[in-house]
Amino acid sequence: MFFNFISTNFAALEVGQHLYWQIGNIRLHGQVFLTSWILLGALLVFISLGTKKMENDPKGLQNLLEFLWDYIRDLSRTQIGEKVYRDWMPFIGTLFLFVFVSNWGGALIPWKLIKLPSGELGAPTADINTTIALALLVSLSYFYAGLSNKGWRYFEYYVHPTPIMLPFKILEDFTKPLSLSFRLFGNILADELVVGVLVFLVPLVLPIPVMFLGLFTSAIQALIFATLAAYYIGEAVEEHH
Amino acid sequence: MLAFNFFGATEGGLFDINATLPLMAIQVVTLTYILNSLFFKPVGNVVEKREKFVSKNIMEAKNKLSEVEKLEADLLTQLQSARSEAQKIVSEAETESDKLYKEALELANNEANASKEKARLEIENQTSSARDQLLKQAEDLSELIVNRLILEK
Repeated sequence: MFFNFISTNFAALEVGQHLYWQIGNIRLHGQVFLTSWILLGALLVFISLGTKKMENDPKGLQNLLEFLWDYIRDLSRTQIGEKVYRDWMPFIGTLFLFVFVSNWGGALIPWKLIKLPSGELGAPTADINTTIALALLVSLSYFYAGLSNKGWRYFEYYVHPTPIMLPFKILEDFTKPLSLSFRLFGNILADELVVGVLVFLVPLVLPIPVMFLGLFTSAIQALIFATLAAYYIGEAVEEHH
Repeated sequence: MLAFNFFGATEGGLFDINATLPLMAIQVVTLTYILNSLFFKPVGNVVEKREKFVSKNIMEAKNKLSEVEKLEADLLTQLQSARSEAQKIVSEAETESDKLYKEALELANNEANASKEKARLEIENQTSSARDQLLKQAEDLSELIVNRLILEK
């Protein structure tokens, strides 16, 4: 009885339904790309407007963009270190902006108003493909950062205090992307589901605090993702003496 | 229906991993390059240029401040030396005037003494001459008296 209730309601929420695009032999989750294009388009328009007329004496949007730039620089500098943070700042900043814009865009824009033949529009980061893609990019990045900065000496990191650490360090290379992707995916999906269920059960007032909590979680998740990515890169380029 | 779709379903489901993953990765990498040229580079240039400008100005201001402090110290020593010089001149003038005063005083004293002495001598002279005269007159008178007395006899 209970399970039946849940399943019908969740079914109404359309969990795990996707808008499939078939291109030749490959299948894509269309709703993820649609929302990400809309949100990234908005982000790029916003940034173009802010950087159109750069002045030494910042006004309006330029102030906000400079604040954002400063925030990202501080984040990458504290995690990666003074020496190479410049190379990785655009990547860390893009991760932060992408995750942040995706999370908040998914939470703030009433996507429900747009009806799709299958699935529904929502935060691109609530799709496992997106978060795994981001996490794998982070993994590739820290390997690349370590190898390009230290060459083969990068692998000293695996036996750094003692060779006993070797299996754990190898395990870490798998747990890092796993935890990164599932943390983001789980948080954003859970937020969407909780809000969805609450709206379904009590359409008035009650979902609002949960929505605010969702906004808070979304921002925190963006910060956590960017910080961890920067930390992993920093760990890979760090010199052991 | 939910249970069926949740894990490992061939069609749909929460963990349905497909070509969305690599395409999304390509999209994010592309976004990194776009944002780098559109956002991170220009904003970074402006911010770092301003930071350089500000630190340069702070350095210049610091240099100027230290220069001012040096000049101030210079001025202070100059002022002090001028003050001590003035003090010296004043004290010199004071001793000079003191000396002059003393000299003048001495001179005046001497002169006064001399004129006093002269006056005293003169008085003495006059007194003695007056006494002589008086004595002479008294002599004359006594002689006269004596003569008269003798003649009357």
